[in-house]
Amino acid sequence: MPLFEPLKPVSPRSRLVLGASFFALFFLAWAGFTLSGIIPPLFLADPLTTLKTGVTLFTEFNFLRDIGITVWRVVGGFVAAALIAVPLGVAMGAFKPVEAFLEPFVSFCRYLPASAFIPLLILWAGVGEAQKLSVIFIGSVFQIILMVAVIVGATRRDLVEAAYTLGADGGGIVKRVLLPGAAPQIAETLRLVLGWAWTYVIVAELVGSSSGIGHMIMDSQRLLDTGQMIFGILCIGVIGLVSDLLFKWLNQRMYPWAF
Amino acid sequence: MSKLLIEGVSRVFPGVGGGAPTQALQPTDLTVEDNDFITILGPSGCGKSTLLRIVAGLDRPTTGRVLLDGQPVSRPGPDRGMVFQSYTLFPWLTVRENICFGLREKALPEARQKEIADYFIAQTGLAGFERHYPKMLSGGMQQRTALARALANDPKMLLLDEPFGALDNQTRALMQELLLGIWEADRKTVIFVTHDIDEAIFMANRVAVMSARPGRIKAIVEVDLPHPRHYTMKTTPEFSRYKAQLTEEIRAESIKAAQMEG
Ligand SMILES: Nc1ncnc2c1ncn2[C@@H]1O[C@H](COP(=O)(O)OP(=O)(O)O)[C@@H](O)[C@H]1O
Ligand SMILES: [Mg+2]
Repeated sequence: MPLFEPLKPVSPRSRLVLGASFFALFFLAWAGFTLSGIIPPLFLADPLTTLKTGVTLFTEFNFLRDIGITVWRVVGGFVAAALIAVPLGVAMGAFKPVEAFLEPFVSFCRYLPASAFIPLLILWAGVGEAQKLSVIFIGSVFQIILMVAVIVGATRRDLVEAAYTLGADGGGIVKRVLLPGAAPQIAETLRLVLGWAWTYVIVAELVGSSSGIGHMIMDSQRLLDTGQMIFGILCIGVIGLVSDLLFKWLNQRMYPWAF
Repeated sequence: MSKLLIEGVSRVFPGVGGGAPTQALQPTDLTVEDNDFITILGPSGCGKSTLLRIVAGLDRPTTGRVLLDGQPVSRPGPDRGMVFQSYTLFPWLTVRENICFGLREKALPEARQKEIADYFIAQTGLAGFERHYPKMLSGGMQQRTALARALANDPKMLLLDEPFGALDNQTRALMQELLLGIWEADRKTVIFVTHDIDEAIFMANRVAVMSARPGRIKAIVEVDLPHPRHYTMKTTPEFSRYKAQLTEEIRAESIKAAQMEG
C-alpha cells in the first residue's frame, strides 16, 4: 500500500502522532539553533529561558489577568459581531432584495482593514475597552455577514422546493430549511472568524493599551526580553488552538448529521 | 368528477446568454381523474419534469393553465405531494422528523403526528430506521422515506418524477410493488413520470406517451391489466402486447430526440 494515496484518510492515532511530531521537530529545531549559539539570545530566546520567563510572568506579573482581559476582548467583540452579523447574513442570503441593498456596501467595508481604524477609534472611543472591542467588531462583522449570506444563498434548491410541496410558506422555508441547513457551515465560519479576531485583538493591544497579552509583548520589546515576547506569542497560539478544538468539538456534537 | 385539468400548458425557457429560447413543452392537454394512476412516458429531455413541475406549482406555464378541482394552480401546496428523482430528504432531520415535516407545518398535535408517522413508517417498511439520518440510508430507503413524507401529508394527488430512476433494478422492482400496493389500498390519484416502458405499464391505469422535444402528449394508452398486480405480470402475453405497442410509440420519438442532439 503506497504511503501517499490521494484523499486516503489516516487513522485517528496516526493523525495524533503526526501532528505531535511536527511540534516536537519544531521545538527541537528551535532549541538547536538557540542553545548552540547560532542565534544570539538578543534575537531569539531559547526554549528553556522562554519557559522560565513564562513562569515568572505568571508568578510575579500576574499574566493570568492579561490573558483574561485579552480573552474577554476577543469573545466580547466577536460575540457582538456574530449577534448582528448572523441575522443580517441570513436575511441577505434568503431575500435577494436585501442582498442587493446591502451586499455592495458590506463588500466594500470588508476590505477596510480593521487595524487602520485604530487611530480613529482611539480618537472616538479613547484607549479603553470600547476601542478594543470595536476593532474586533469591525474586523469580524462584515466578514461574517458576507460568508453567512453566501452559505444561506447556496441552500439546495431542491430541498426548498420539497419543503414548498410539503406546505411550507416563506417563513417556514427560512426557519425550517435555510437555517437548519446552513447552521453547521455558519458555525464553521464563526470558528474561522474567531481565529482572525485573535489577530485583531493583539494589534489593538499593541497600540495605546495598558493590559492584555499584546501590551505585555510591547512592554517586553522595550526590555529586549525576547523570552517574554515569545512566551506571549506561544500563549496566543495555545489559546487559539484550544478554543478552535473546543469549537470544532461543539459543532460536531451539535450537528451530528453534517459530519 | 374530474380532478386535474391541464389545458394548453406550454413552457418556453428563455435562452441562456443571448441564445435562442428553448421550447421545452408544446401546448399540452391532459385530464386526470380522481383515483387515476397515470404514467407519463417519454424520452429524456422531452419535458416530463417540466410538465410535472408546472402541475406542482414549482414552475409557471408560458401559456395555458392547470386546474385542480376547478381552482387554478399557481403555487406549490400540500395538496400536491411530490417525490423527486434526486434525494431530497432534509439531511438534518431523522427519518421520522422528515416524515413529520408537513404535519408540523400544519401544526398537528405531537401525538397525532406520531400516529400518522408510525402508520406510514410501517406501510413503507421503514420500521427500525426512524432515528436514522438520511446519510445513513441507502437510496431505496431514502426514496421510501420521501414517499412516506409525501403520503403523510394526505395530499389530493401524488406527483412522482422518476422517483426510482436512481435505484438499482432489484430495488426499483420492489419499490414499484410497494407503491402499487399503497395505491391499491387507498387509490390516491397519482401522476408518475418515467422513461422506463416496463415501469410505465406495470404501474399505470393509463400511459400518456410524450413526443420528443419539444414534448407534447401524443397518445394515451389504457392499461387494462387486473389489480392487484404482482411482478410476475411483467412476463404475461398481455403485458408484452402493451410493451410492443409502447415500444413502437417511443422508438420513433427516441430516434427524433437522438437526431436533434446529433
Ligand atoms: N430551467 C431551465 N432552463 C432552461 N432550459 C430548461 C430548464 N429546465 C429544463 N430545460 C430544458 O427543457 C427540456 C425539457 O426538460 P425536462 O422537462 O427536464 O425533460 P425530462 O424530464 O423529460 O427529461 C430540456 O431540453 C431541458 O434542457
Ligand atoms: Mg426529468
